[in-house]
Amino acid sequence: AENEQPWGTPCTQLLVYVATPGCDGFPSLDSKESYKLSVSEGSLLLSADAVWGALRGLETFSQLVGRDENGTYYINKTEIVDFPRFPHRGLLLDTSRHYLPLKAILETLDVMAYNKFNVFHWHIVDDPSFPYESWTFPELSKQGAFNAMTHVYTAADVQMVIEYARLRGIRVIAEFDTPGHTLSWGPGAPGLLTPCYFGKDPSGTYGPINPILNSTYEFMTSLFQEVSAVFPDFFLHLGGDEVDFTCWKSNPKICAFMKEMGFGEDYKKLESFYIQRLLDIISSLGKGYIVWQEVFDNSVKLRPDTIVHVWKENYTPYLEEMANVTKAGYRALLSAPWYLNRISYGQDWMAAYEVEPLKFEGDPEQKDRVIGGEACMWGEYVDVTNLAPRLW
Amino acid sequence: RYYEYMFGQSRRRKRGRGPLGARAEPELSELRVVIQSRDPGCHSYPHLASSEAYHLTVTEPVAILKADEVWGALRGLETFSQLVHEDDYGSFLVNESEIEDFPRFAYRGILLDTSRHYLPLKSILINLDAMAFNKFNVLHWHIVDDQSFPYQSTYFPELSNKGAYSYNHIYTPADVHLVIEYARLRGIRVIPEFDTPGHTQSWGKGQKDLLTPCYNGEQPTGSFGPINPVLNTTYDFMTKFFKEISSVFPDEYIHLGGDEVNFSCWKSNPEVREFMKKQGFGIDYAKLESYYIQKILDIVSSYNKGYVVWQEVFDNKVQLKPDTVVQVWMENNYAHELSSVTGAGFTAILAAPWYLDYISYGQDWKKYYSVEPLNFPGSEKQKKLLIGGEACLWGEFVDATNLTPRLWPRASAVGERLWSSRNVTNLQDAYRRLTNHRCRML
Repeated sequence: AENEQPWGTPCTQLLVYVATPGCDGFPSLDSKESYKLSVSEGSLLLSADAVWGALRGLETFSQLVGRDENGTYYINKTEIVDFPRFPHRGLLLDTSRHYLPLKAILETLDVMAYNKFNVFHWHIVDDPSFPYESWTFPELSKQGAFNAMTHVYTAADVQMVIEYARLRGIRVIAEFDTPGHTLSWGPGAPGLLTPCYFGKDPSGTYGPINPILNSTYEFMTSLFQEVSAVFPDFFLHLGGDEVDFTCWKSNPKICAFMKEMGFGEDYKKLESFYIQRLLDIISSLGKGYIVWQEVFDNSVKLRPDTIVHVWKENYTPYLEEMANVTKAGYRALLSAPWYLNRISYGQDWMAAYEVEPLKFEGDPEQKDRVIGGEACMWGEYVDVTNLAPRLW
Repeated sequence: RYYEYMFGQSRRRKRGRGPLGARAEPELSELRVVIQSRDPGCHSYPHLASSEAYHLTVTEPVAILKADEVWGALRGLETFSQLVHEDDYGSFLVNESEIEDFPRFAYRGILLDTSRHYLPLKSILINLDAMAFNKFNVLHWHIVDDQSFPYQSTYFPELSNKGAYSYNHIYTPADVHLVIEYARLRGIRVIPEFDTPGHTQSWGKGQKDLLTPCYNGEQPTGSFGPINPVLNTTYDFMTKFFKEISSVFPDEYIHLGGDEVNFSCWKSNPEVREFMKKQGFGIDYAKLESYYIQKILDIVSSYNKGYVVWQEVFDNKVQLKPDTVVQVWMENNYAHELSSVTGAGFTAILAAPWYLDYISYGQDWKKYYSVEPLNFPGSEKQKKLLIGGEACLWGEFVDATNLTPRLWPRASAVGERLWSSRNVTNLQDAYRRLTNHRCRML
């Protein structure tokens, strides 16, 4: 038996001090996530300005606790001052290409917390399915979900996700991507999508949202009124990517409209026309917005506090795009090198790790406009059977 | 277990009633299984020449499954269970059918690697179930390698004591028996691979003087290379070791490896160089490799086992017994290799285009499905020597957390290629069936 005490005084309490708690509020882009952790003999102290920092500190603390061969839990003496480099650290999940059961989303939120992610970008609907149960337009999910009984997110499900996320300091930013990526909206909202034409006759297929009808904007207003109320975050993601102009071009009423408006043959102008009206709707609802980079690339008039989401890799090099976006005065989010759905053999985590988001030519104000980035797990080949090992 | 497969996942399980809840005419009440051979084989092990053919007639009121041996009956039961489907009202239905089926290739394998990462028993057993769903009939168990030695040997307990990742990362004799029996009940052969002389770093931890000490000039560097082919003790060890392996694993074949032997350590060792001189091998270390392999092959033959080797053993002109099976794994120009191997009269199995550990984005199952194994220059006689192939899931980046979704359902594409006729190649049709099959496997 040894007389030597290998450990210091056992610690039984971690004191958590938060200057301005805000425990009942929602995290935001401006939330303070800094914390100080002080571990010494007989004293464990975690202090933070806001509860969000306390959460980050708790996460760190939980990771510092080790266990020796005898089963004794221990922690090293340490002083930590920590805060995030970027305020927007997000993860995108796609619940339209494949439905993800609630449990899978909640599990993901847990692992996000382990990794100090603070934004859940919910790409909730798209071409293949519309699982979001809308109370304003119940037909959308009734007709558009893979299965209206089993493959939907009810209002309760959505609230569960938002609260579960909040308790982990994670913002939920919903994306209702338009005018492209909307095929699943069609069945539940007749007249919303553009009917494509084959010569003089409708072909029976549909394209992006029809930008020339007033009913479209009435619909969008009502839908986003609901979405703005359901999702408490200040920001909504409005999509705006990959709009295929073929269907618009085939539709005679749209051609007539183009002439009327003096847009000539430039369908980007029509796209801008739609987006601008949509952005006005969202603004009038008191929300801010994030858009995919095409909206910026196509010279749509954007509010100065728009956030542009850079995702294209085979276009201009993404760092160049980051420079352009921030130079034009907009804030930027980086996802291009972080499309984790694009799997490959070997230790591809290294390529993701080595990305330096600020490696472009620009002045300090520009670089400040890079608010962070998102790892994206698009759902074409992903469902609950393989989500976790593919993402983490 | 087939009852569970057919009726267990009922979307509308009626309490208290059996699966025939809705009594619709015509009704199928019985599947009669008839095994025609005098020795059905229920108490024996499947082997390369086992008959897996079956004849299934589904008609009311009794369906009949006929097979020569129990192995064919298993394949037929698998098919029958996949024919049963449930309608929207909870009734179980099966179409009237007449099926005559047998595999195109007799050797249809999956390689699992339990050395790069230990795989818990449960993981291996789940995988055997999945293999049965896809009519695979060989588990190629790449059980030890450089990184770890999880196989608990009765004669040489130190091998796993010192070579396994930890005490918890071991396959005891009971574990091994469980795998072999679980496989047998599904008509799956278990072929273990004890890969030598390369890929053996973990062996050296528990067996002193087995590996070659590497030298830097006159001094040993402290590191070790492949198995030391010049010492008698090496062959004494191998004789005893393979005696155990031969009795533990009932299959007629043992895989002896023989791939990727790095000669630099041998070249650096003065004793080895001395041996090369004495034997008149010059500086051709492939001759030393052959010398070693030949002795191992003789040892294993003396226990009445056949052997499978990786292609290098053939490429390096080792003297092989005529019934050696050569596994072709190098992707570069594998068709040419198949020609050479079968041209020399050896049996071959194809793995080269089916390394499923090489993941990539998108529907890569299509490229596995589109492989035509007999697309190599050769006579009819030669082509008969290609007895099948393997989908390999090497373990560098695989453990129990990601094995199942990484291997399946991509391996199903290989399974169909190895079982079905050469002309079953339509990708759209395969896609439709594969998506259904995947949901069934879940």
